[in-house]
Formats: sequence, structure tokens, C-alpha cells
Amino acid sequence: MIEATPLDGALPFAILLLPLAGFVVLALFGEWIRRDKEDSGAAWLACGTVLAAFVLAVWAARRLFALPAGPGGLHLFTSTLSWPPLGAEARETIDFISVGSLRVPFKLLVDPLSCVMTLVVTGVGSLIHLYSVGYMAHDEGKVRFFSYLNLFTFFMLLLVLGGSLPLLFVGWEGVGLCSYLLIGFWYRKDSASAAGLKAFVVNRVGDVGLILGMIFVFHALGTLDLVDLADNASALARERLWQFGPATVAALLLFLGATGKSAQIPLHVWLPDAMEGPTPVSALIHAATMVTAGVYLVARLGPLFQASATAMLVVAVVGTATALMAGTIAVVQTDIKRVLAYSTISQLGFMFLAAGVGAFGVAIFHLYTHAFFKALLFLGAGSVIHAVSGEQDMRQMGGLRAKIPWTFWTFLAGTLAISGIPGFSGFFSKDEILASAFTSGHTLLYWVGLFTALLTAAYMGRLVILTFFGGFRGPHEVEHHLHESPWSMLGPLVVLAVGSVVAGYPLFRGPHGRVQLPAVVQPAFRSAEHEAAGPGWLMVLAIVSAALGLLIAWSLYLSWPELRARLRAPLRPLLRLFAAKYHFDDLYDAFVRRVVVEGSERVLWRRVDARGLDGAVNGAARLTAWISGYLRPIQTGFVRHYALVLLAGAVAVISFLLWS
Amino acid sequence: MMDAVLFYLFAALAVGSALVVIGQKNPMYSAFALIVTLCSVSVIFALLGSPFIAVLQVIVYAGAIMVLFLFVLMLLNVRREEEGARPQGGRVLQVVALALVALLGAQAAVVLLQVEPGPAPSFDASTRAMAAVLFSPRYLYVFEATSILILAALVGAVVLAKKEL
Amino acid sequence: MPAMSHPAFVHHAVLLSLVLFALGTLGVFLRRNVITVLMCIELMLNGVNLAFAAFSRAAGTLDGQVLVFFVLVVAAAEAAVGLGIVIALHRHRDTLDLDAFHLMKG
Repeated sequence: MIEATPLDGALPFAILLLPLAGFVVLALFGEWIRRDKEDSGAAWLACGTVLAAFVLAVWAARRLFALPAGPGGLHLFTSTLSWPPLGAEARETIDFISVGSLRVPFKLLVDPLSCVMTLVVTGVGSLIHLYSVGYMAHDEGKVRFFSYLNLFTFFMLLLVLGGSLPLLFVGWEGVGLCSYLLIGFWYRKDSASAAGLKAFVVNRVGDVGLILGMIFVFHALGTLDLVDLADNASALARERLWQFGPATVAALLLFLGATGKSAQIPLHVWLPDAMEGPTPVSALIHAATMVTAGVYLVARLGPLFQASATAMLVVAVVGTATALMAGTIAVVQTDIKRVLAYSTISQLGFMFLAAGVGAFGVAIFHLYTHAFFKALLFLGAGSVIHAVSGEQDMRQMGGLRAKIPWTFWTFLAGTLAISGIPGFSGFFSKDEILASAFTSGHTLLYWVGLFTALLTAAYMGRLVILTFFGGFRGPHEVEHHLHESPWSMLGPLVVLAVGSVVAGYPLFRGPHGRVQLPAVVQPAFRSAEHEAAGPGWLMVLAIVSAALGLLIAWSLYLSWPELRARLRAPLRPLLRLFAAKYHFDDLYDAFVRRVVVEGSERVLWRRVDARGLDGAVNGAARLTAWISGYLRPIQTGFVRHYALVLLAGAVAVISFLLWS
Repeated sequence: MMDAVLFYLFAALAVGSALVVIGQKNPMYSAFALIVTLCSVSVIFALLGSPFIAVLQVIVYAGAIMVLFLFVLMLLNVRREEEGARPQGGRVLQVVALALVALLGAQAAVVLLQVEPGPAPSFDASTRAMAAVLFSPRYLYVFEATSILILAALVGAVVLAKKEL
Repeated sequence: MPAMSHPAFVHHAVLLSLVLFALGTLGVFLRRNVITVLMCIELMLNGVNLAFAAFSRAAGTLDGQVLVFFVLVVAAAEAAVGLGIVIALHRHRDTLDLDAFHLMKG
């Protein structure tokens, strides 16, 4: 019988603290490690911590499944910070929060869900750190960059390993902070720092929902510990559609927080602007890890969401709508990174669609495959940008297929994966999502999802064709300098490309040869096994839509350009709407500028503060001075008058005492 | 019998010279009148059976304080009360003061006259008895404190009267 | 000295003290010379002393007498300091008119 040992307890903390140690060392001593401007000692240190964390994560995963399973087939173990750290006698837990009936210890939770997330964060994370060594080789602020990356990794790990909502929230806020720091990394560029601020502020709006949601959760379920939450929530009364009971309110508020972090409607506006940051940042934070935190949150609190029909519907609808909207916008983008940004928003929408119809395991599966191919696509885009000396507009590219072959082939692998071509990982996860939508009865969502899948293939195909096919459309000097990236950048691309293919066939192959990852994480959701065995034509339809999308891209941009010109005229109003990003930014800007800023200035500042409050304070002083003006003449300066008053007072007192 | 006569005699003298004090224009005359008042009161102290304070009244009050007053009067060469401009507040002030004092006096008189004088118990207020009380724990601290008070007054008076501080 | 047993003494002595006190108070308000005012204050104090002594006699205790003693001491100190102030005032303004000193006017 294998039992949990103290070493098992130390593992999660070790995983967590390695990147933090990396951050501290780099932040304090980073400049000393660097021998000269080109030295990458700091970079390698940062890579080392994350890689070590990955190794430990693998070890932890093995230990997790070596230990006997608990009720419902769920493997899990928790690790709580206490003093003294070792020894079996009475140990005092160190609490994060201890107020009244609320006790939150420093407790980390290791179960299949957090395991998957940890492996993704550390695995993909270390690849991206490796890539960054080459990408940021000539940047002045290299040390700062890697310290931020490590800090981000720490917070993200805290988010996924945290055993209770408050700890998750600390990680949540922390990754938001690092996102701000990294988006605005090149802070001297105005657009970059503005983008960082936008990301942070929009996130904050969502966080209000998260905090309020936490309060409601505590109120309804009496605990904030994730394991207890899941147990208690399954016992909650099911709330019907449009019945706003405690579960529904809490779930909706938490989902608001998730929309902020995962860039769904209405808080999606920050993600495209976040592309101002360095490409590895976009890959890590805005593709593979941070933006998936919202999906993780919803999945983690699955039992709570399932108690509320309204919340589930909202999640599914918002996810689908976002996916569609982002897909349409991506079709008209000209910046290579923006296309990928909207693609991320769209794919996140798919994940929420899956969660909303109850297929949490499938959502996590898509998160996992998406991490591979989206990181690959972003890093590949970085490689392309590197090759064309910093140009990001696809209209200035073309024909790069022959010049940067390695980049091209890996990028193609990622494209096929995201489009859902059979054989690649994306196909399996996307097919599962659509199947779940169909079999759970949400037919409309299924058809919209299918159309969005077609769009996905279409815009990705367009991207590949514009970038790698045809003739080069850029300036001559750039063409002269076209070169492949160094191996520190290409290596991770290759690894990720391989992953994009094989990640669909995870290690645990089940009896019917279908993908088993959802089954592995399923017990964490404490719900019945979702048998998404839909009609066979679903899969066929998915393949057809993917192929159709690619075909459309091929024809419009490569073989039949006149058709594109002819289609453009009637579709112009629609295309304008897409290009304007559905006017969300304009709406928010108008609101912020007119209502918030002007309201503050005209009403709150001028009237309330200057006139009202200052007026009250100054007025009080003026009143006092006015009254004293009338009282002052009493002091005449003549001693005899004072004596008279004295006498009068004395007589009054004596009279009172004598006759009362 | 004899005591009554003495009492009323010196009482009348005291009141009379008090009137002179407040009425005289020349401060020197007021000072002398005050001395007469003080001495009369001293006699009344004696008649009340308090020889110690009677003597003390003459020595300290009439003998020291009034001499001080006279010194200052002569130093400043004050001859006549300054008429000067109209007194501030004028007649109103004086009338009001008069009224108040009358009021106070009337009330006190009313109260006093209601009291029936009872037999006065015998008591011993000789110097010996006074000393026993003054140096008893009850009044010892106060006694010592007054000596500090006198010291302070001494220093204060010297400083105040200096030509250059 | 043997105590006098005529009961009315005490009573009339208190009335006398009242008269002296009232006269002193009147003097404070009616006179303009600083030193005269000080003397009227001494008059008031005397009236008070007399009252103390009379009541002490009536009660048969010596506390009243002791208080007279202390009042005497304080009056002496006050007279000394007061006259010092008068001298200083005279030196600055060359007048002893009470109404001339009104610089503390509000």
C-alpha cells in the first residue's frame, strides 16, 4: 500500500517556489549575473527554474496516480503549510486568513485537473523560456524580462495549485499584474504602456465580479476550500432557468471575472492590444496560460455552475457568441499577431461553450491542445517577424516558404491543428466540443460553432497563404535580410509542432480508442461521465467544415483573386463592422471619456468637492470669524469693565446659591 | 458692657474711615484713612477674643503693607487723583456697580438678620493655642507653602520694579 | 484675654464685615487711581478677615483664625507684587489712571 509521504507534501510547494526563487534572484542580483550586454546567464537561470519545476511536476503527476484513489475514483492529495515543516506530531497550520468562521490555510491541491494545468504551464512555459533566450538576446531589459516571466510562472502555478479560492485569487491578481508588466515591457513606447494599462483595468473590472462571487460562494456554501466547495456544491438544490438563487448569482459573478481574464464578451477588448508585448509574452500569457485561467476557474467550480441552469446557459452562449465574433474579426485583420489574438479569443469561446454544456473535461482537453498549437503559432509568428526585421503587417510579407522552411513547416502543423484537420490534436478536441454541444441539445450553438470552425480554418489559411505563399511584397532591404531563426528559437517550435500532433493521443488510451484525457480529469467535476457518443456524421461534418475553410482561403487568396475583389463590394458594410471590432472599443472609450472622466471633472470635482466640501469647510471658518466679529467688542480693554462683569457673575452665583 | 461700647465705637470708626478711603481724592489721605480702618478692625479682633491675629493685623497689615503703599505713593509723587477724560462707561458703570453691590448687601443682610445669635462657646485663641494648630499636621504644609509664596512675591516684586530687566 | 460672652458681638461683627466689604467693592468701581483701587481691595480683604474671625468665634474652633493668618500672608504678597506692577506701569506711561491702560482691547 503506497502512502503519502512528507516528500509528497513538499512537492507542490517546491514546484511553486522554484520560479519565485528565480524571480527573487533575478530581481535582486540579475544585473550582477550578467557579465556583458550579450550575456544570457540570467536567461538560462530563468529557464532552469521553470524546467526544474516541470520535472517536479511530472514527478508529482506520477505520485498522484500511484496513490490510491479516493471516493468516485478521484485521485487527489493536498499539501498544507504548517509548522514545524516535518514531523508527524502536532503541527500548527499556518493560516493565510483566519477571521471568524473563515479559515484559509496555505493549502495546495494536487488532483488530475491541477496536474494537467501544472504540466501545461511548466512544460509549455519552459519551451517559451527557451525560445525567449534567442528572441530577447539583444534586448537591453533582458534581465527584467526573465524576472517577470518567472514571477508570472509562480503566480500562474499558485492559481492552478491553490487549494482554496483566496489563494487562487492571489494567483489570479498576480498574473494580471505580470501581464501588465510584460505587455508594457517596452514601456518607452506609448502604445505599449497604454495597452498594458488597458489590460489591467479591464481585468480589474472582471475581478470585481470575482470578489463578489467569492463572497456569495462563501455565503451559500460556507467554505472557500476547493475540495469542500465541490462536495457541498453537488448537494445544492438545482436552480431552474432564470431562477436567481444563490448558486446562480455566485456563478454569474464568477463568470464575469472569468470573462475578464479569458477575454470573452464584454471584457475581451484588452487581448488584441496586448500584442504590443514581446511575442514570447503573447505566446505564454495570452495563448497558453493566463487566458485559460477563466476556463480553469469555471471548470474547477463546475459543480457550482451545474447547480444553476441560467449560469450554464450564459456561459455557453457567451462562449459561442464570442467565438463567432472573434472569428469574423480575425478574417479582416492585417497584423499577423492580431489574427492570432482574435483566434485565441475565439478558441477560448469554444472552451466556454464546452463548459457551458456540461462537458468540463472536454473544455480542459481543448485547453490542453490549444496550449500547444497556439503557443506554436505565436512563436512561429515571432520567428517570421524576426525574419522580416520586425514587420508585422502581412501585406508586406509573402513567399517566405522557401526562405524560412523550418518556421514554415512548424507553422503549418499548428495551422492544421487549429483548423481541426484529422490526425492533429486540435481535431480531437474541437470535434469533442461540437459533439457535446449537439448531444446536449443545444443545436443552435452547434451550428454556430460549426460555422466558426469553418471561419477558423479560413482565416488561418489566409494567414499562412499571405505570409508564406505568393511573391514577397515587402521592401527590398528586408527581402535581402530574410533569414531563418537560431536554433534556440527553432527548437521549441519543433517540439511544439510534435506536440500539436501527438497531444491528441494522450498516454492513457481507453477501450474504444477514444481520447481519454477528459475521463482522467472527469472525477474532479463530481458529475456523471459525459457520454458524448453522437451520430457519426458529426465527425464528418467537422472535417468537411475544416477542409472547406482551408479551401476557401486557398481559392480567395491564391488561385482566384478576382473572386475576392468581386465579393468585397456587397460585403463591405459587414467587413467594416468586423474591422471596427464591432465598435466595442468605441463604446467603452465613449463611456469612459464622457461619463467617467467628464462626470468626475464637472460634477464630482467642481460641484461636490470644490463648491460643496471646500465650501462647507471654508464656510464653517467664515461663520466662526463672523460670530467672533460680533463677540469681540466685549473685550473693551478696560479693567473696570472686566471687574464689573466679575462682580455681576459673583452676585448671580451667590443669589442662586442663597435662594435656590 | 464696656465691650459693647468699645465694639460699637470702633465699628463706627472703621466704617467712617472706610468711607474716607473710598471718597478722598488724594491717595495719601486714603492711605492714612485705611490705616485707621485697619487698626479699628484690629481692636475688634481683640474684642472677639483673638489676640494673636489682632496683633498680627497691626504688625503686618497696618505696619508693613500700608507702609509699602505709602512708600510707593511718595515715590511716584502722587498728589491728586487724575481727573482726565470722561471715565469709560461713565455714569452707567458706577450706577450699575452701585446697584449690584446694594443687591449683594441686601441679600446678605436678609440672610444674616434671620439668624438668631446663640451663645458663643468659649474658646482659647491665644498665641499658644494658635501655634499648636498652625504647626499641626493639618496646616503645616500650607504654612510652609506660604513661605514659598512669599519668596515668589519677593522675587517678582524685585524684578518688576527694576529699571532695566 | 477672657472670651466675651455677649452674643450679639459676633452677629454685629459679621454685619460690619459686610459693610466693609461692600464699601471696598464700591471703591474699586468708583476710583480711577490704580493705587487707590488696590487699597480698596485691601479693604475688601479686611472685611473678609473680620467675617472669618467672627465665625470662628461663633463656632468655637480655631480654623477661622488660621485662615485669617493665611489671608494676611497672601494679602501681603499680593500688595508687594501689585505695587511692583504699578511702579512699572508708571515708568512706562507716566500715569496712574486705570482707564489709560486698555491695550488688551479685543
